[in-house]
Amino acid sequence: MKECMVRLIYCEMLGYESSFGYIHAIKLAQQGNLLEKRVGYLAVSLFLHENHELLLLLVNTVVKDLQSTNLVEVCMALTIVSQIFPREMIPAVLPLIEDKLQHSKEIIRRKAVQALYKFYLIAPNQVQHIHDKFRKALCDRDAGVMAASLHIYLQMIKENPSGYKDLTGSFVTILKQVVRGKLPVDFNYHSVPAPWLQIQLLRILGLLGKDDPRTSELMYDVLDESLRRAEINHNITYAILFECVQTIYTIHPKSELLEKAAKCIGKFVLSPKINLKYLGLKALTYVIQQDPNLALQHQMTIIECLDHPDPIIKRETLELLYRITNGQNVIVIVQKMLDYLKESKEEYAIINLVGKIAELAEKYAPDNEWFIQTMNAVFSVGGDVVHPDIPNNFLRLLADGFDDGKEDDQLQMYAVQSYLALLEEEDALYPQKFLQVMSWVLGEYSSLVTDVDPEVILTKLHSLLKKTFVTSETKVWIMAAVTKIASRTSCSKTVDELIQEFSNSLDTCMRQYAFELKHLCEDKALMKTLLPFDASCSDMVVDASLSFLDGFVAEGLGRGAAPYKPHHQRQEEKLSQEKALNFEPYGLSFVSSVSSSGVTGRQSPTGLSFGSDTSGNSAETGHKETNTLKLEGVRKLWGKEGYLPKKENKVGKETEPQTLSCGSLLAGQVGESPALQSDQVASLSEEDKEKQQLASTLFIGLGSSTGVSLMGKVDTTTQKFKRKSKINETQSSEEVSDFQISAASDFGPLLDTAPINVEDCEGNTHTRLRKSSLCSSDIVEETLAFETPQSLKKSGLDERLSDSRLSQSSLFADSNMEIFQPSPSAQCEGAGKTPSVPSLPEELQDLTHSEVLELCQSDALALHLCKVWTDDSLLLTIFVSNKTASALNAVSLVFEEAEYFQVLESPTYQFPVIEAQCVEHCQKCVWMDKVCTQGILSASVHCQSELETHLQFSITLSLLDFIRPMEMTTEDFGKLWLSLSNDVKQNIKLSSSQDSLSAAMSTLQQKLKLHIVDTIGNEGILACQLLPSVPCLLHCRTHSGMLALWFRSPCAALPDGLLYQCQKVMEES
Amino acid sequence: MLDNFREFYLNFLDFRNTDFEDTQQQIIRETFHLVSKRDENVCNFLEGGLLIGGSDNKLIYRHYATLYFVFCVDSSESELGILDLIQVFVETLDKCFENVCELDLIFHVDKVHNILAEMVMGGMVLETNMNEIVTQIDAQNKLEKSEAGLAGAPARAVSAVKNMNLPEIPRNINIGDISIKVPNLPSFK
Repeated sequence: MKECMVRLIYCEMLGYESSFGYIHAIKLAQQGNLLEKRVGYLAVSLFLHENHELLLLLVNTVVKDLQSTNLVEVCMALTIVSQIFPREMIPAVLPLIEDKLQHSKEIIRRKAVQALYKFYLIAPNQVQHIHDKFRKALCDRDAGVMAASLHIYLQMIKENPSGYKDLTGSFVTILKQVVRGKLPVDFNYHSVPAPWLQIQLLRILGLLGKDDPRTSELMYDVLDESLRRAEINHNITYAILFECVQTIYTIHPKSELLEKAAKCIGKFVLSPKINLKYLGLKALTYVIQQDPNLALQHQMTIIECLDHPDPIIKRETLELLYRITNGQNVIVIVQKMLDYLKESKEEYAIINLVGKIAELAEKYAPDNEWFIQTMNAVFSVGGDVVHPDIPNNFLRLLADGFDDGKEDDQLQMYAVQSYLALLEEEDALYPQKFLQVMSWVLGEYSSLVTDVDPEVILTKLHSLLKKTFVTSETKVWIMAAVTKIASRTSCSKTVDELIQEFSNSLDTCMRQYAFELKHLCEDKALMKTLLPFDASCSDMVVDASLSFLDGFVAEGLGRGAAPYKPHHQRQEEKLSQEKALNFEPYGLSFVSSVSSSGVTGRQSPTGLSFGSDTSGNSAETGHKETNTLKLEGVRKLWGKEGYLPKKENKVGKETEPQTLSCGSLLAGQVGESPALQSDQVASLSEEDKEKQQLASTLFIGLGSSTGVSLMGKVDTTTQKFKRKSKINETQSSEEVSDFQISAASDFGPLLDTAPINVEDCEGNTHTRLRKSSLCSSDIVEETLAFETPQSLKKSGLDERLSDSRLSQSSLFADSNMEIFQPSPSAQCEGAGKTPSVPSLPEELQDLTHSEVLELCQSDALALHLCKVWTDDSLLLTIFVSNKTASALNAVSLVFEEAEYFQVLESPTYQFPVIEAQCVEHCQKCVWMDKVCTQGILSASVHCQSELETHLQFSITLSLLDFIRPMEMTTEDFGKLWLSLSNDVKQNIKLSSSQDSLSAAMSTLQQKLKLHIVDTIGNEGILACQLLPSVPCLLHCRTHSGMLALWFRSPCAALPDGLLYQCQKVMEES
Repeated sequence: MLDNFREFYLNFLDFRNTDFEDTQQQIIRETFHLVSKRDENVCNFLEGGLLIGGSDNKLIYRHYATLYFVFCVDSSESELGILDLIQVFVETLDKCFENVCELDLIFHVDKVHNILAEMVMGGMVLETNMNEIVTQIDAQNKLEKSEAGLAGAPARAVSAVKNMNLPEIPRNINIGDISIKVPNLPSFK
């Protein structure tokens, strides 16, 4: 059997169909002895993919092998788990694998960590409760296990760098030890200690130190040391060097290190080894924005690379050039790119490069002629693989035009002329997209060119229509162009001919167009209003709610038609009907639906109207515009009331071109660089001179931005082709002062692992005053809770735990409401140096709310936040305190659009005036739009006074902020339970302290704000809702020390999120 | 960022990504086409094509006599690091098979895969310590043999595969002259 399986593997590899043997592979893994088992597992991992149905049969085998006492079997099982494992079966093996983390053999531990990494990748929610174990793995005494855990950390840090800043110290220490050769000699590779480990660590450090001066501070030393130690001339040391360089340029810069890194890059670029050269170019591309001087130093090498025989090197060089393009060198660079494009055959490279050329051409084009020519080249070379955005953008640019009307006309005219010239060539084959662009431009702007008879253009378009290579989509474009031209000319023979020809075309679309054209030709006046000249850039209003159909809907409902229900609602109803018998009489729903027709009617006819729209198009020709949706570049002019007159777009203030000053600066620069070089190289061959010339043209303009800060390169060159809308943007961004402070307040309320600054806590025995007022009576009880600091290493974790425990146990104890009021000492700690900490207004004091925490502050303003958990929403109360001596006018608060959250009413708030040294507050209700365990809501405060202030901050909101208890009866619960479809099950181990069901349930009630509906025997049911009103039901059952949780909810992501929170609280209590 | 790591060496492929299920053979063909075309004096990296999933992914290959070892990695791996990983892999193969040649790789597909599984697990580099890998493999082999008592099994597998009668194998990848041995690998630096 084993040999057969090996043969089968071979067959599969050669591409033969071998699915008949899949089941045998699984059997072999199940039943065979060790040797056979291994082949079986191998075959399974090669044959099947992650979602293959046969994989389910393997789960039992894996579980059995994981429990085996034979190391080899355990190893095999772990290997298969880390290779392929069905996502839904993770809970079955998770506890077993967790146990393996404590195994005495390091190889097992290592593989277990790797398996958990796999789980983290495919189902992050399910392993969230074992993050502490990852930490243990990081501290494992075996370096291999530690290395394996780095994969997990790299991934987690990539997703959320701020959450792991506290580990920076550990990573730095590990790297230090590795670099100094503290690991066993076994790990050396070509006498370099554990190079792959070093690479991994450097990457992690880079991610951690990004834009964070304080964290970066910690790693300067070790980076310097790594750089120094990696001196040996071997491939692998270069790999480490490269990572070092990348990290140095990613983290908060330090000039000393940057210098060394720059030297390293030089070594790479100048290396004769082609691989190193490639990496050098990559590094240059990476750093070029921060340090354009570096490119100047290596310009000759770059030029050489442009003519390198290896296309990969060439492409990388072009990428580099793309980054340094500016108004002066754009012509040369684009030319180089086009040259490469013509040689290249790889589709992917073409798509990529074409996009870049189009972008550059749009941004930096020196004149109209060049721009049109370049775009023509792009379209003809790029063919039909170009991204659809490119022609769309191009057309919009032509239509919207520039800030200057005259130039606008010139550009359009030039485009028309060039396309006419291109169409002149008889046999030329153009890509479809190019033809579409041509026909649109000719249709819109051909009348600008007065010396060409429209008849000529029409004939050309007509002949195009007859060509066989033209696709039907392109034909539609051409037809639209013909219609537009026809509207501007009096009777034309070609048009008549065309109508005749296509009136009986087999293509229904073409036929329809032909008829429309015919009818339009009969009514010239209508045609003129329908197709006004140059209206493509005017605004249009679309009534998305289709309110004009309300009447029709009401009529339909009056005649007894069923009200429209959205798809998901229908499905839900269907499901609930299937599952339970309906004992209620029918017919009641009609009354309510008629009364609510105003509401439902709005959405109702979306499906219908589409149908009538399209049918109307063909039936009442002449009343609809001839453009279908296919014409992306053309905007519709029709709305509810018919034709909408063109709105005047006020052209934004033109940005003053700075060509003059810039040019003179550059002239100096250019003069300098060749002079320098000619000193260095005394005798230059003819070829070299050419290259130098090229270099000076390429790198022109680079020098002008040398003085710019590292924050980003400020573009000093003039942008000719700026879109109108963009002008406003740039202006406003210029107005905003550089003063930007971003602060993240991480006080995700109950359970979130907010990073606690160890130093702050250390040595501070801080008192927390807790005032709890009972709802029924106003007895105020004061409790003092002391927290003593632990040793430095533990303090971070322990404090956090005790912190959260404190707040959890006190919050929401049964139905009693409690209020937190931070004591003065705690306030001082939280608020830093602010003189005054605001307190909540009277009406909110009685509601449950969080502590008032500082968000951020500047010289003029301080922001504080308090979360108030009302019954129907999360109320964010933001206090803005004016720290200056004068009153501040027009302070505006703007919430950015967040992926997960929705700010009710409007996302902005305007404080008319804030008196000196006073505090104002605003309240915003927030709902969770998309379920997530934790998310960030960003906002900014802007204030225009004598010193402009722009403060950015972000608020961390957790799922629990939006969970409220939901009261219901057991019967309701049963009904709802059956109607819900998304469910998630999971078993959790119960700790000894809460092994009874009631204890577990009260934990859930207190900490997660779940409502206990009923308890029957060893089963209990709980309910809660996610604001505004998404229910989630929980059924739990205890058996032999395990708590089986079963969630159901209409929203798929909610059970996952809640489960995670459950695991967390159960583990903590 | 699904899987960081797909590797196929010669035509011993090992796919780690389900997206490519249908296109496996096509990818191999394409890759071989790309890699074999390249000269000796160009770099060992090939940037993403559409087939291997876009610009984030890269082919990194190394050429030994008649064999190409190709790894496909995403941007979370260091290019030079992978290049040396291939070297480690080949050296390990050499140690395990004692002077490895193509025939070894063909007739002991399973063994090769096991070695690879020790080094790369679930798409991540797990172990780069050559001695450790060799001891693991040896220990496992010993255990298996002692239990199975089938010392002759590999030999039988070899003869079985040799006698296998495949009608005209679609050789999209040229194995080359099989009698040529890989030069002694330790001589590689």
